[in-house]
This record gives sequence, structure tokens and C-alpha cells, in this order.
Amino acid sequence: MSEINEPEIIFGVYCPPHPQPLLSPDANPGYAKLRAAFDECRRRIEESDADIILVYSTTWASIIGHQIQALENAVWTHVDDDFHYLGSMPYEFAIDTEFAHAMKENSEKRGLEARTVEYEGFPIDTGSVVALQLLNPDNRIPSCILSSNMYSNRAETIVLGKAVRDTLAQQGKKAVVVVVSSLSNRMFTEHIDPAEDRIHSQKDDDWNRKILEFFGDGRLEDLSQLSRDIHGQIRVQKVVAYKPAWWLAATMGQHNNYDGEVLAYEALHGSGGAVITLTPASGSVGDKEFDEDDVEFYRGDRNVLDRGMLE
Amino acid sequence: MAKGQIVAGCLAPHPPHLVYADNPPQNEAYSEGGWETLRWGYQRLARKLKNIDYDAIVIFTPHWQTYIGTHFLGLPKFKSKSVDPVFPNLFRYNYDLTVDVDLAQAMHDEAHAEGIITKMMTNPDFRVDYGTITSCHLLNPEWDKPIVTISSNRNTHYYSPEVMVEQATALGRACAKAIEESGKRVVLVASHSLSHRHFVEEAPLPEDMSREHIYNHSQYVWDMKIIDMMREGKSREVIDIMPEFTEQTMAETEGGGLIWMLGAMGYPKFPAEIYGYQSVIGTGNVVACWDPNDETREHVL
Repeated sequence: MSEINEPEIIFGVYCPPHPQPLLSPDANPGYAKLRAAFDECRRRIEESDADIILVYSTTWASIIGHQIQALENAVWTHVDDDFHYLGSMPYEFAIDTEFAHAMKENSEKRGLEARTVEYEGFPIDTGSVVALQLLNPDNRIPSCILSSNMYSNRAETIVLGKAVRDTLAQQGKKAVVVVVSSLSNRMFTEHIDPAEDRIHSQKDDDWNRKILEFFGDGRLEDLSQLSRDIHGQIRVQKVVAYKPAWWLAATMGQHNNYDGEVLAYEALHGSGGAVITLTPASGSVGDKEFDEDDVEFYRGDRNVLDRGMLE
Repeated sequence: MAKGQIVAGCLAPHPPHLVYADNPPQNEAYSEGGWETLRWGYQRLARKLKNIDYDAIVIFTPHWQTYIGTHFLGLPKFKSKSVDPVFPNLFRYNYDLTVDVDLAQAMHDEAHAEGIITKMMTNPDFRVDYGTITSCHLLNPEWDKPIVTISSNRNTHYYSPEVMVEQATALGRACAKAIEESGKRVVLVASHSLSHRHFVEEAPLPEDMSREHIYNHSQYVWDMKIIDMMREGKSREVIDIMPEFTEQTMAETEGGGLIWMLGAMGYPKFPAEIYGYQSVIGTGNVVACWDPNDETREHVL
């Protein structure tokens, strides 16, 4: 299936989910830099001829498979669970429903459980709201949002990315793809003066900077292969795995041929927030030998418990 | 002023399926029923609460997840629509609820004085989580009592289940002290399931009970172990085993609700009333009540 799919992905954006760049950019020079980086991405998107902005948000957790936002005109006022005191986030998003429904079908064809959500008042997550408000404030380009299934691991996430490629190719749409995720995601567990914000620990900062090196070199597939290490080292264990690099690589192409640009890297209440772009290129730092399968179809969990006692 | 007191503590799971199955006018989705073992248990507990004199419900919910301390609802009224982010097909509930802000503030202040990181939530656009709404709807469908919602600080994930036990217990003690000083009679609610591994697929008809069962036998055995201890009045032992239970069954006890409630009640040595146990999309759920009144405590099941 993948051989015939060559979707045009103009560039990818990796950006943080926290609301400070949207709601309080002047509270800290770092927040302002992140905001400026978001604004630069917005400008580049506006100058592109993208047909769709596709968001994969780590702050939209799903359980029943992979959920796809499909409400044509999603309108609400969102308030963050932690940062409610920073203010409300009214939004109105124009969703590409044609893409959403086809994405569901293509996900199912690849063995995934998937469904669209099309309900007035559906709680779009903070990360998606922040990203779309800052990257596409006037709804110039239709968007679509994909959830991050809390139980899914590498195979499922890779296949989800491939279903995106199928759908984009099928519809002939040029896309900007956006991953909403922190790097290190450990926040301070107390209220801080925003002016004194910093990365939670030196170790988190070291790892973040190493990841940024890879991004800067365009080594997306290498990052994808490092996901399990990243999860173990700098991610609070809220879900089973660090999935954004898997999804981004599977969606954009599983190689290292990108021009990477780190537009900003700053602390967001202790977590690592970076705005990064990856643009497909012809050059490469070279691909490594990878030791995990490149999965085309998801065939479900391997239910070892169902097999009973070994004979 | 008479001392305030905790008049009951309820373990009240919040699968939105239960509200969906009930078809209340507030919910937009329509069902043919389902999960009667839990719903009938809830209805019996709701009748019991009708016969108890109390002023407010204080509910601890794992679906208001805060990483920076513990937050309390801090405005007198909230009116909006709650749409479950995971099961929006089942739960789109129009709510209009009242908050006992004085009690919330008192608990906030007492917890703060004990060194717990706290915050009052005063943004009028804030949407109350579906855990609060589901549990409160099922315990008090008339919504004729004010509530206080307490967020779940994510200690289990950020630190460990053991740290959650320490933190939620300290919060429980602080809340109990605030309740005592308030002079109010309060029902505590821990809103969560026991074992919490979900199926990732849903039946075409979600209320098709021929499809409903526990996710795996291990979860069932663990749930029964915990329920047996509740029946025997071994609440301290339940808390002691909680870290292992949480890790083994991905239990929703990770949010801290039951720890908070039993801590606030001083680890009751009397038996819990068990109203029903059933799985919902694979998770294990028990409706239970700790009634400190020897004269009204029942052996239900």
C-alpha cells in the first residue's frame, strides 16, 4: 500500500501544548520567544499552498481506538485544567470533514480501530487549541485533529501515520503536519513566578538539547528509533510510550532527509517547549540500520495470556 | 456551632455509560439501558442518602487532572455542557450545579496551611469534568445539594503510588479538619473505578450486555480482594496494598480518591456497604458506602 502513496507534505511543525505562548507570552522572555516562533510558523503556513493543517496532539488522549475530529465548525471556549487562571481560550475551527471521514476509513483498512467525533461542545484539548489558534488564527486553511490513544504503542502509531499518508495521497492534498508535544514533560509541581521559569532539571535539559540536535540535523527517523529511550529518560510515565516522533516520521517519511530548524527552545513551567520545523529535503546525514519492524498493518495486541499455560 | 462531620463516604465510579443507560433528560444520547447491576446499586445508595441529613457533597475526581497542586472549584454556579472526550457518543450532559464555595475555600485554606500546594479555580468558563457530573448525578439525581469538586494532583505518575498515598492522605486529613470546623454535615465521594484497563473497541450497540465483561481475570481477582477487605472493615489494609493494586490493575485508584476519602474518615474499621460490582468496557467498578452511624449501617450485599 505504501509504495503507491506519495503525499505532498510541505513541512512539519513540532510545538508545545502549554497555553503560556497563547495567553501570557509576555510573562517571561522565553514564552515570548516561543510565541515569536509560533508566529513565524504561522507566517510560513500562510505563505505555503497547504490544503490542510493536520494536528496530532498528545494532550488529546483516546481509549476507543484513534479519534478524529470531524465537526465542520468546532466552536467553544476552552479552559485549561491547571492554568485556568491565565484565562479562557475561545476558539472556532474549520475542520476538513472530508479528510476526517476518509482518514477513519483508511485507518480501518490498515487494521486500526478509529472513529470520527462530530459533536457540538466536544472538549478539544489544550494542545490542539493552542496550536491551531497560533498557527491558523483565521482558519485560512482547514484543519483536522487526531487523538493519541493512551494504550497504543509503536506499531499502532506508525500505522496511524501511514493511514495519514494514504488519505493525503488519495485526496491529493498538500499538508502541513503538526505534532503537539513537549520534549521533557516534567513540570514543577508548585506554582512559580513565570519570570523564574527554567527546565525542571539539568538532565532534562541535556536530553532536550540532544533531541534538538537531531531535529536540527533533520534526523527524524533516528529520533523515531530513539523514542523508547526518550520515554524512559525524560517523560513522566502517563502513557505507555513517547509517540510523537513515531507518528511524525511515519507521516512525513521514515528517513533522515529533512532540513530541520529549531526556532525556539524554552521552559514552560519546567517542561521543555520547542518550536521546530522539518522540511523534506534531498540531502541526508544517512540512515542507520534499524532493528524494529516497519509495520504496514496493525494486527492487534499479541494476547499472550490467551494462550494459557505453555505445554 | 456544632462540629461538622462526615456523614458518609461513597466510592462512586463514573463510567459515563451509567448516565447514558439511565436516559436522564440532561443527557443528549439515548440508550436501551444496560449495566443494571451498577445502576440499581447506585439507586439504592441514592435512596439511602435521601434519608441522611447532609449539607454538601465533596467529590474528588480523577478527571480534573492537575499537575500543579490540588485545585478546588471556587465559584457558586457552573452551567454548561459536559461532553466526554472518550465517549462523546454516550455522554453530552447539560449541567447546572451549585458549589459550596465557603466549604471549598475552607478546605483549600486548611490544606494550604498543611503545606499542600493548592489553588482555587475561579474561571467562569471552566467546564466541570464528567467524573464529577456522573457520580453526583447517580448519587443525587435531583442535584439539590451543593457540591465541592477537588482535582486529582497527579502524584502517582509524577512520583509513585506510595507518594500518592502520603499526599492524598494528608489532603484527606486537612479536608476532614475543615469540615469539622465548618459545622457542616458532608458526604464524601471518591469518584473512580477499581481495575481500569479498558477495551479499545466498542460494541456497535454500547449497551449490548452480551459484550460486557472484565478485561482479564487478574483484574477481577484483584478487585474481589479489595472488595473483601472493604467488607471486613480493613480500610487501612486497603490503603497499604493500594500501590501494588494500582500498578497491577492500572487501577483508577491512581488518582487518589479512595485514599483521600478513607484518610479523611480516619481509616474506618467498620464494614463498607457494598451496593454492586460490574465491569464497564472492561474496567472493574464497585459502588460502596462507608456509613459511620452504627444504627443506619446496613449489610446490603
